[in-house]
Amino acid sequence: MSRRGGPAEVNAGSMADIAFLLLIFFLVTTTIETDAGLDRMLPPIEPPENDVVIKQKNIFEVSINKNGQLLVEDGLIEIKDLRERAIGFLDNGGDGTCTYCKGQKNAESSDNPTKAIISLKNDRETKYSTYITVQNELVGAYNDLRNREAQRLFNRDFTDMESEYLNPETDASRKDDLKEKVKRIQDLFPQKLSEAETSSTN
Amino acid sequence: MSKFAKKKDAGLPAVNTASLPDIVFMLLFFFMTVTVMKDSSLKVENTLPNASEIKKLEKKDRVIYIYVGAPTSQYSSQFGNEPKIQLNDKFADPSSVGDYILQERAKKAQELQNVLTTALKVDKDANMGLISDIKQELRKVNALKVNYTTYDGDAFNNLQ
Repeated sequence: MSRRGGPAEVNAGSMADIAFLLLIFFLVTTTIETDAGLDRMLPPIEPPENDVVIKQKNIFEVSINKNGQLLVEDGLIEIKDLRERAIGFLDNGGDGTCTYCKGQKNAESSDNPTKAIISLKNDRETKYSTYITVQNELVGAYNDLRNREAQRLFNRDFTDMESEYLNPETDASRKDDLKEKVKRIQDLFPQKLSEAETSSTN
Repeated sequence: MSKFAKKKDAGLPAVNTASLPDIVFMLLFFFMTVTVMKDSSLKVENTLPNASEIKKLEKKDRVIYIYVGAPTSQYSSQFGNEPKIQLNDKFADPSSVGDYILQERAKKAQELQNVLTTALKVDKDANMGLISDIKQELRKVNALKVNYTTYDGDAFNNLQ
């Protein structure tokens, strides 16, 4: 370093202060969050053109009243028993066409998982938290059954495969492979969860 | 005088802080990249319910948010204690949800307009009546994909 001649050095001592200032600003404004929740599809508003007649035994009716009590197929049950009941209904396989079902094959309950429909009704005064709990249990029932089939076919949980499929960081070739598998499991237990309009208007 | 004469003792040598700016910059860049600026301030109570069977909402640019809950203490004198809908920064009626969705949808890029999700961030103490009204409005504008945003947890905690 020459002592003479060269340009004077810029004093960088305050750089740390400036950087600190910026750092603190970003620290304060940062919110690190990824939202998560229950994905649902709403039914389209225009009614289907040809009304399909659905057999009563293929419909699993769940109603929640304003006190958060649960009525399933005309009987009062606790929310914690709902998942088991829903699994029993979906997995029933009443007409014997379902080769992978492990249910009781009760002729009075659903024919086939592809025909089974869960209908959820709620009152206008039902609390949102109760509704979410019920939704969660019903989605959970589907997930339990799908996991069981995915374990049998691919030795892997369905929920695990699905989240990898939906993750944007998964690469394309892996996605194509997963897409097929996810689709196959979804077809075994299609999620048919109908939400009727609230009871006071119906 | 020897060349290696001990310098006069000046106590502890100062810690070299030349790399301090580098460290701070590193932190700065980290926070700069992960920062998401808050776009609207919440005017409603928003304690979400818990659920366990949840899916992550990927890609924030494809999400439209609707907040529902009782107005916070700051606004409750003016708007009451009944749960209300918040769209952007304003309280709104269920009837204006449809317009809001259409407006937000028009702001998004063309190729995203058909894959939008509506995230319902609803306080756990809200009633389903209001939610049903919102759902009805969403169906009218054909925004059928919804996500009931929740915290990860045991769903039975909601019932207490």
